[in-house]
Amino acid sequence: MRSIRSALAQVVNAIRSALAPAGHATRGFLAATEIDTRLAGMIAALAVIWIGFNILSNGLFLSSRNLWNLSVQSSSIAIMATGMVLIIVSRNIDLSVGSMLGFIGYTMAMVQAMWIPTALGLGFNQPYTWIVALAIGVILGALIGGLQGFVIAYGGVPAFIVTLGGFLIWRGLIFWYAQGQTIAPMDSTYQLIGGGPAGSLGFGLSWLVGIAACLGIAYTVIMGGRRRKAYGFPVRPTWAVITIIAAGSSAVLGAVWVANNYFWPPALASQYAQANGIIEPPGGLQIPTGIAFPVLILIGVTLVMNYLATRRKFGRYVYSIGGNPDAAELGGINVRRTIVGTYAVMGILVAISAGVQTARLNAAVTNLGVQNELDVIAAAVIGGTSFSGGIGTITGAVLGAVVMQSLRSGMVLLRVDSPTQDIVVGIVLVAAVGLDAFARRRSSR
Amino acid sequence: MVIDDRTPLVEMRNVRVAFGGVHAVEDVSINLFAGEVVGLVGGNGAGKSTLMRVLSGARPPDSGEIWIDGRQVHITNPRQAKDYGIETIYQTLALADNIDAAGNVFLGRELTDRTGTLDDDAMESATRKVMQRLNPNFKNFKVPVKSLSGGQRQSVAIARPVHFNARILIMDEPTAALGPAETAQVRDLIRQLKSEGIGIFLISHDIHDVFDLSDRISVMYHGKRVGTVNRDEVTADEILGMIIMGQAAEESAEAAATGQG
Repeated sequence: MRSIRSALAQVVNAIRSALAPAGHATRGFLAATEIDTRLAGMIAALAVIWIGFNILSNGLFLSSRNLWNLSVQSSSIAIMATGMVLIIVSRNIDLSVGSMLGFIGYTMAMVQAMWIPTALGLGFNQPYTWIVALAIGVILGALIGGLQGFVIAYGGVPAFIVTLGGFLIWRGLIFWYAQGQTIAPMDSTYQLIGGGPAGSLGFGLSWLVGIAACLGIAYTVIMGGRRRKAYGFPVRPTWAVITIIAAGSSAVLGAVWVANNYFWPPALASQYAQANGIIEPPGGLQIPTGIAFPVLILIGVTLVMNYLATRRKFGRYVYSIGGNPDAAELGGINVRRTIVGTYAVMGILVAISAGVQTARLNAAVTNLGVQNELDVIAAAVIGGTSFSGGIGTITGAVLGAVVMQSLRSGMVLLRVDSPTQDIVVGIVLVAAVGLDAFARRRSSR
Repeated sequence: MVIDDRTPLVEMRNVRVAFGGVHAVEDVSINLFAGEVVGLVGGNGAGKSTLMRVLSGARPPDSGEIWIDGRQVHITNPRQAKDYGIETIYQTLALADNIDAAGNVFLGRELTDRTGTLDDDAMESATRKVMQRLNPNFKNFKVPVKSLSGGQRQSVAIARPVHFNARILIMDEPTAALGPAETAQVRDLIRQLKSEGIGIFLISHDIHDVFDLSDRISVMYHGKRVGTVNRDEVTADEILGMIIMGQAAEESAEAAATGQG
């Protein structure tokens, strides 16, 4: 017993002394590149999870196929998590997103499978069907999200209660619609936003998007630095600028490379070859899938939400309300209108996710979105959003969703059953917040 | 003393504020001239802060009038007060802890470019300029104000009215949380702002602060104004007496008061 303990102590001391100089170097590096320490920690945690699962699954986890699937599976929750960040940052909560997703998804399914083709007699698969269905969903999302926000901000009913009511109401309305029936199939164009081999960019466009993203990163970093220099502010050293651009670009290009290394399933590929009169080479036709549309939508949403949160007055007000509601009020900010805004944005994002999920299922089913509210809140919280308000980032929430999906996907590969998965995710959620609180207490000392 | 025939910068007439059945401010009238410091003193719950919250738009009065430059105005929210050049440094500082110095200075009045995007660099630049004057040692422009010291946080709160060229400044206990050196700094600043023609209402528990800095002193007691006296004509002890007893120390002091005594 004693020998084990002393051996443990030796190991701990060795690790500590090995990390001590590294700790200083890391801090200097983070300060120079101005990378958020919390974000860096999350990326490190994700790397540990990925490498760990890869070892346990004998290299299956980091295969192109699994990573491609992981990206598609994460996107629906990640899209909504970006909106949940703003709600939690302003000291509120939304428990209704899962039911809202079901209700909006059903409405969009009804539009394309019943109302346009049958009720209006316009027929299936019209060129405009997908966009009409999506537009109706987005407007509906903004309206019912805004309505909940209005009752919270102007009615003075706590957010927990209002959205708990919404949780019951929107789910109940689905049964009014469809009496428990599954609504299918979806419009053929609409199906593409769910991903899959057809719903992806393919080889060339994926590389094009990747290269555009690299140029975007370089432009943003360099121009931002120039503006600060013109004002005479301290700027990042050149090596830090180059490191950021290099790291960002290699991450982007790596992701594109992975997506392009996932090929269409053989059956689908030979179908495609026959339809287009291509002679199949031995071993079958290899068609790179590329970036899936849901992932592309997630990237777009992340960029827009990041801009909204950090570069618009709306976002600044959301964060100031979370940091100090009185200060926001005394600063002349319209706190109530801002709160309504956060819920309307949440509703729009729920509609987009509803589109992704119904398109992917090619149907609306009655349990659409069940438990999504919990996954979305967990993603935001694992991503560093604090329930005490004022703290949280859009990028963090997206990473949080990827962390959660990585855990689930890794456990599926290891054949862990679903109840055990829930237990593990639950423990990780509590541990992540606990660690964060611990780190914050230490840093504030 | 001869009653001023200039138009007061601010005049509050017969202001009443009630919280439920409690009269926090009862029929109080008070005025302020440009380049003047009026000290507001009184015990806890005397109504000083509530009266000033009316002027800063944080709490609309139940009745009463506010006149600025001889014109009646209606102030129902902080935004409108700021439009009239009324700036307030609250006792709590009213800072959003999670946002940096520039974000707090411009809170609610952010600078944006043509597309409506926040111009963080311009805001930081302006904040650096103001800080150069208020607190040249201030260097932490990129961190949330939570991690700043008490004096630095105070500088951020003071930078707000200075940047936006306040004409009327309300300071609620500006030195309560500060050390001796920082207190001296704030006192210098008050004198400087006064010399620039800004009218200042100064709320303070510290009778010596008030006595050193004010031109006139108004004493409040249980929501009523007991009296307003010229600083030169009373002693600190007499003021203290008024605060505790709730009545004018001497008829002479009361008569000397400017405005509608």
